[in-house]
Amino acid sequence: MTDPDAHRAIDAVWRIESPKLIAGLTRIVRDVGLAEDLAQDALVAALEQWPESGVPAKPGAWLMATAKHRAIDRLRRDERLERKHQEIGREMEVQEGQQDGDDLLRLMFISCHPILAPEARVALTLRLLASLTTEEIARAFLVPVSTIAQRIVRAKRTLTEARVPFDVPTGPELDARLSSVLQVIYLVFNEGYSATAGDDLLRVGLCEDALRLGRVLAGLAPKEPEVHGLVALMEIQASRSRARVGPSGEMVLLLDQDRGRWDQLLIRRGLASLERAEQLGGALGPYGLQAAIAACHARARTAAETDWARIVALYDALAEITPSAVIELNRAVAVAMAFGPAAGLELVDAIASEPSLRTYHFLPSVRGDLLAKLGRHDEARAEFERAASLTQNARERELLLDRAAASSREDTPS
Amino acid sequence: MRFLLYTTGDNTQPSAPPTPQMIEEVGKFTDETRRAGILLATGGLGPSTTRVRNTGGKLAVTDGPFTETKELIGGFALIEVKSREEAIEWAKRFRKIVGDGDSLIQEVFGG
Repeated sequence: MTDPDAHRAIDAVWRIESPKLIAGLTRIVRDVGLAEDLAQDALVAALEQWPESGVPAKPGAWLMATAKHRAIDRLRRDERLERKHQEIGREMEVQEGQQDGDDLLRLMFISCHPILAPEARVALTLRLLASLTTEEIARAFLVPVSTIAQRIVRAKRTLTEARVPFDVPTGPELDARLSSVLQVIYLVFNEGYSATAGDDLLRVGLCEDALRLGRVLAGLAPKEPEVHGLVALMEIQASRSRARVGPSGEMVLLLDQDRGRWDQLLIRRGLASLERAEQLGGALGPYGLQAAIAACHARARTAAETDWARIVALYDALAEITPSAVIELNRAVAVAMAFGPAAGLELVDAIASEPSLRTYHFLPSVRGDLLAKLGRHDEARAEFERAASLTQNARERELLLDRAAASSREDTPS
Repeated sequence: MRFLLYTTGDNTQPSAPPTPQMIEEVGKFTDETRRAGILLATGGLGPSTTRVRNTGGKLAVTDGPFTETKELIGGFALIEVKSREEAIEWAKRFRKIVGDGDSLIQEVFGG
């Protein structure tokens, strides 16, 4: 193996092994920052030795053993860590492998801890659990590398200083903490799916990272309906990735998409996850309901076959458990499809003055669409232009300006 | 990135059936890929092959060769990973369990 080849091979092993490695080390040293340093030490050792010796038969075990040796070296050098010495001795006795799953789940809870700001949770989770480098995270979020590096350093310091315990929360705390984990995964997915800025409508890599994290979580917490709900939602949304982007990179709206390009494998996986969420009993939570809405679209072979009345009912349920102006807006769209544009417009106008929607480009864009359907093209054009001025996404702006131009043509008497 | 990993085996020679231990280890491995969040679909491949070939518009269908065995002689896994190197690493882990033979890796693109 030449060096670059060897490094790429080691990089692949690292992607597979590092979350488990960092999780196992965190259990031992009870400090995420120190655990990651030790894991990095092991990676450096691998990069030095493996190109010569070849990748060992059990690379994960090799990395763990090396990291533990580094831990002991550091303890000898650093008396401040003395108190950890005994713990490490005890924890090292624990049988390898048994704890992997539990540790990984604990690591997810820690890196999505509510003590951290949401963007810090996202960066730390991508770094520790999706094995992304700081550079990769920075590129995906279009921010400078130093910003992400700082975010991660601060997050680790905050966790250390607050002595956040490395455990799986129980009782009433579990729901709140789990919802924070789900939120982080969904934020990553959405950043990839509907990139909030920049030219690429999709940053596919982030969607795949989020899906992978979601699937891992579903294996670690199989009895949590909302975990399956979120996975279902992401699988079904991702099934449309290809159909959402036209030949020249423009955005294609759901009802105009070529359904033949929807990924049936992901749809099947999504519907299976949704079924699992439903089978676990109880009413669906916010992610399960959103997945159920996505499933209505996925099941319809043509746009005309869509069961809009059911979608309205699902939005009703969603609005009841998580009331928000954005959900009302989506509900209004479904109502317009089920019961006509006038009924939808009435609902939109009722929320038009919501402060939270003041700069939300979907509001004028939905309003424009309904006005156009009602033949009020002049008003529609103004709304599309307003929506275009509010979106940060270049592809979306293009689409909205096209619609404004189309309304303006309709409005011109011939 | 999606990759198809597959093993077709050699259907011209009788092969020893897999030992219960190997079946168990393959099962564990499959479970590990599922828990790692990379496995999208998987299945076994039967022993007989039918080839449909178009030669200048002339279609020919060839069956076989058939063997007496009813065993699965191969399998496939559709995985979603970060890089080709990661797909290779997973294939190596699989190959270590099942022993001698070839596994093939091809990237899958969306239609």
